[in-house]
Amino acid sequence: MIAGFRQTPADRKLLPDGRFSGAAPWVIAIMMFLMILAAAGGLGLAQAARGLGSDIADKLTIQIVEANPDAREVQTRAALRELSRMAEVRRVRRVPENELKALVEPWLGAEAANGDIPLPAMIDVTLARAEAAQPVRLAIGQVAPAARVDEHARSLAPLAGLIDALKWLAAGVVMLMATATAAVVVLASGGALNTHRSTIDVMHLLGATDLQIARIFQRRIAFDALFGGGVGLVAALVVLLLIGTRLAAIGSELVGSIALPASGWIALLLLPLFGTVLAMTVTRFTVLRLLRNRL
Amino acid sequence: MANGAAALRTGWRFQNSMGAIVQFENVGLRYGTGAETLSDISFSLVAGAFYFLTGASGAGKTSLLKLLYLAQRPSRGLIRLFDEDVVTLSRTRLPGFRRRIGVVFQDFRLIPYLSAYDNIALPLRVAGVDERDLDTPVREMLEWVGLSARASARPATLSGGEQQRVAIARAVIGRPEILVADEPTGNVDPEMAARLLHLFDALNKLGTTVVVATHDIHLLSRFPEAQRMRLERGTLSDPTGTLRYPVRQS
Repeated sequence: MIAGFRQTPADRKLLPDGRFSGAAPWVIAIMMFLMILAAAGGLGLAQAARGLGSDIADKLTIQIVEANPDAREVQTRAALRELSRMAEVRRVRRVPENELKALVEPWLGAEAANGDIPLPAMIDVTLARAEAAQPVRLAIGQVAPAARVDEHARSLAPLAGLIDALKWLAAGVVMLMATATAAVVVLASGGALNTHRSTIDVMHLLGATDLQIARIFQRRIAFDALFGGGVGLVAALVVLLLIGTRLAAIGSELVGSIALPASGWIALLLLPLFGTVLAMTVTRFTVLRLLRNRL
Repeated sequence: MANGAAALRTGWRFQNSMGAIVQFENVGLRYGTGAETLSDISFSLVAGAFYFLTGASGAGKTSLLKLLYLAQRPSRGLIRLFDEDVVTLSRTRLPGFRRRIGVVFQDFRLIPYLSAYDNIALPLRVAGVDERDLDTPVREMLEWVGLSARASARPATLSGGEQQRVAIARAVIGRPEILVADEPTGNVDPEMAARLLHLFDALNKLGTTVVVATHDIHLLSRFPEAQRMRLERGTLSDPTGTLRYPVRQS
């Protein structure tokens, strides 16, 4: 198969070198542009999903929801004591009162946060392992009946699910784009074969094999695909840089986590090469299949 | 009947032992659903001989040559080339056979975007000849047909006669075992026609079997030693059977 792609200098002289012919290179450029954007979206979302998963999987927030300040304090201390004894707990931090007030101030106003409304006590817990949430919930329930245990992974599960779905959607779009590119190449190959029908007939009669003829068309489509892939890549990179600066301007921690790792950038840069190899392979099989119908 | 079949089989072996390079037996050719263009064509071509194929326009000369240079499969009958049945030959084996046959097409069929040099070099490139080994034979061939000064010219800038000579050079550069030429002197003056025929004659003397289709009576008279095949309305006239069963050559 690899040997089939090899082209000798003699093969290259059989027909003139590939030129940017017709609409095919531009259609490939558009396909590649969309494919790179979809791939970038998918890779960015995959990175965000990974980051979100590792950030929240082992975290709990315990709220002691008790109107009586003395009882709330007693239960809070009991919960802290119990948590500090548990081997499954890696880190415990009681959220200071001023932080709590700062949290509720945007919603309830400064006056409301001044003590007129009882605020629950809050404890941030980092577990040694994500599966320890249930034992912690049971233990805390026994020493602090007013405690509500909030597992971050569970509360953010719908968001993680959405990110995961979008990631797979992006992968599907990339696959569709690759399929559409292959379809364009099939049409372009068939058209080129018809355009050069008389030349191919002469070459056949001079003893050229189907593989020799297919190689010539592979070379031609490789030029088109490389050109189209290059144009698509440059356009997509410009768009990605613009989107990146917009995302950075939002300043959101969650949105900011949608970033491409180095391996993602390399994958994007390799996509035009993948497109070229795909185009060459499709051309080879298309030309060989069409030539089978001729003598 | 059985004896006849046995005689026929013996005949084939006899032909082969004589050096028959081409054998047609009851060959018919029909395009689509129309009437047969060629009917019951039977003949043998002896290796190293020179043949003229004559006949009026529309008699089927080009169709017969197409069968000979493997551009067409017959509707019926048997064709053996180089001692192999080519009617049922697989497509993958056709290129190997075609490289042993040089063809001068009636309409030249030069590749328009290749120079005269590259058109002549095409059969060698197809055969995988190294570029370093290609220049000398191509230059020699250009000189042979008197086109050294036009090596880089494209077909569109060549006269009809020059295109014809490029086509002839392309047909013979691979030293084919069979040379098939369809009206090769149709576009040249009588002097050039004679010169081209002498080129064919020279090639024939090197051992190539030459088949030239023509309706030029004057040309035939210049080569009285050449054998003649005559097509009339798709049928080969061979009343003495010498085409079918050629006499052993000494």
